[in-house]
Amino acid sequence: MTTTVDHLALPTQPADAELTVVPTRHPGRWLAVAAALVLVAQFGHALVTNPGLDWPTFWQYLFDPSVLNGVWLTLQLTVLAAVFGFTLGLVLAFMRLSRSPLLRAVAYGYVWLVRSVPLLVQVLFWFNLSYLYDRIQIGVPFGPGFFSISTNSLVSAMGAAVLALAVNEAAFASEIVRAGVLSVDQGQLEAAAALGLPRWRQLRRIVLPQAMRSIAPNAANQLIGLFKNTSIVSVMAIMELFYTVQVIYGRTSRVVPMLLVATAWYVVLTTVLSGFQWWVERHFGKGSRR
Amino acid sequence: MSEASSDVMVDVRGLRKSFGAQEVLRGVDLQVRAGEVTVVLGPSGSGKSTLLRSINHLEKLSAGTVSIDGELIGYRRVGNRLHELREREVLRQRARIGFVFQNFNLFPHLTVVENLAEAPVHALGVPLAEARALAEELLARVGLAERADAYPRQLSGGQQQRIAIARALALRPKVLLFDEPTSALDPELVGEVLDVIKDLARAGTTMVVVTHEIGFAREVADTVVFMDAGRVVEQGPPAQVLDAPRHERTRAFLAKVL
Repeated sequence: MTTTVDHLALPTQPADAELTVVPTRHPGRWLAVAAALVLVAQFGHALVTNPGLDWPTFWQYLFDPSVLNGVWLTLQLTVLAAVFGFTLGLVLAFMRLSRSPLLRAVAYGYVWLVRSVPLLVQVLFWFNLSYLYDRIQIGVPFGPGFFSISTNSLVSAMGAAVLALAVNEAAFASEIVRAGVLSVDQGQLEAAAALGLPRWRQLRRIVLPQAMRSIAPNAANQLIGLFKNTSIVSVMAIMELFYTVQVIYGRTSRVVPMLLVATAWYVVLTTVLSGFQWWVERHFGKGSRR
Repeated sequence: MSEASSDVMVDVRGLRKSFGAQEVLRGVDLQVRAGEVTVVLGPSGSGKSTLLRSINHLEKLSAGTVSIDGELIGYRRVGNRLHELREREVLRQRARIGFVFQNFNLFPHLTVVENLAEAPVHALGVPLAEARALAEELLARVGLAERADAYPRQLSGGQQQRIAIARALALRPKVLLFDEPTSALDPELVGEVLDVIKDLARAGTTMVVVTHEIGFAREVADTVVFMDAGRVVEQGPPAQVLDAPRHERTRAFLAKVL
């Protein structure tokens, strides 16, 4: 009885809605931030002060015409290999998802083989194609040919590079597309079938746009990987970005600044690709919450 | 077909369906007359949904036939042989059979009006403008005229199911099949969907409805079919099957759900 009276008698007791919230303190978080800042500062300081990085040479070659040509060729390799690779990958994915056991087996065999061989080894195989087949001929399989051409005039070093990258890309792209298609709710395909939509329309209009939501991040990852993997074809003396800087530092012995030149271009262009990824993901996120 | 009277819209004969070793439908016969509503009741696992999915050939039949408006579904009969139709031909047949799913299965990346216009344009070849006009008309009919440009996720479950019904109607189907249309809905949203189906019944739409809503069956059904263990146990007018069931299993089921 008395306590109740005392309680009511407290003069400045605020209502529940007016109580002040005190945020939790995070001393550990502040320590971690401080430590991270010190490390970042050290890294930045080293970048600026280490003479071995040789920034004057870096700036001298960053926009050098031969380097710009290398960047251009790297972009061409990326675009060509991506277009052919993803197109073939799409075909392989639909073969894997088809009802024909034979098509499924062929697509699986392709992915198995290509994924099993290192890209560098594949690149060298394509480069040495003329050693296996000095002429390529179009005609009836195992039968007479109508038309033939020398392998080296059809498949240049550049052609071999695009082939190697595209063939490799297709294997990974097909798995990305297949995973995306499998991620779409089965009910969507049933609804499309129940409405009598033609098979092709079911895939193109109903399944693929929804699959794109999980395909896009993985495909972008794959594309960025491809863009940097173009440096592997430098073994074929193709004047893409990495081979170009190799040639320059072979001549000038300025290895580190030239590697920085290549790094800067790879970083900038990867950033552009990441921006493209953001745009694609937003486009295919229509009608969804996340 | 010879013995079926001309006004039988859905004619199921001797339908059997097995999944592996498990026989889900063990010889089902069902006739639905044009303009009538048939409600299929039964415990889960009794084969109701499989029956419905077999009618529009979402499931291949193990034996028996399904005809709609006198046309064999999924097969062509030559003498005593049934030749499977090509997928393209089955799709063409399905375009005249409306199907409403338990989980709506609206296309989430398309707006409401795009959901409705898709099949008329691409399955039936209706011009886009005409399909959109029909879509607007159907949306008004299910009371959602203002939501034409919304995406499905912006709508409640009840609204989504009404859109799904409108989408099925957009093909001007000969028969509408409903697979537990209210089972995925919050209780307070069931009424609005059932009201739409009742409206369709009054307008003389031929329908087969699989449901657990006994009250709805009593009110709307011309025929109630009770299924158990892959067979039709009994069928007849609701007053008979629901109020004076002749079969012990029907009585036991109704005692549990009423």
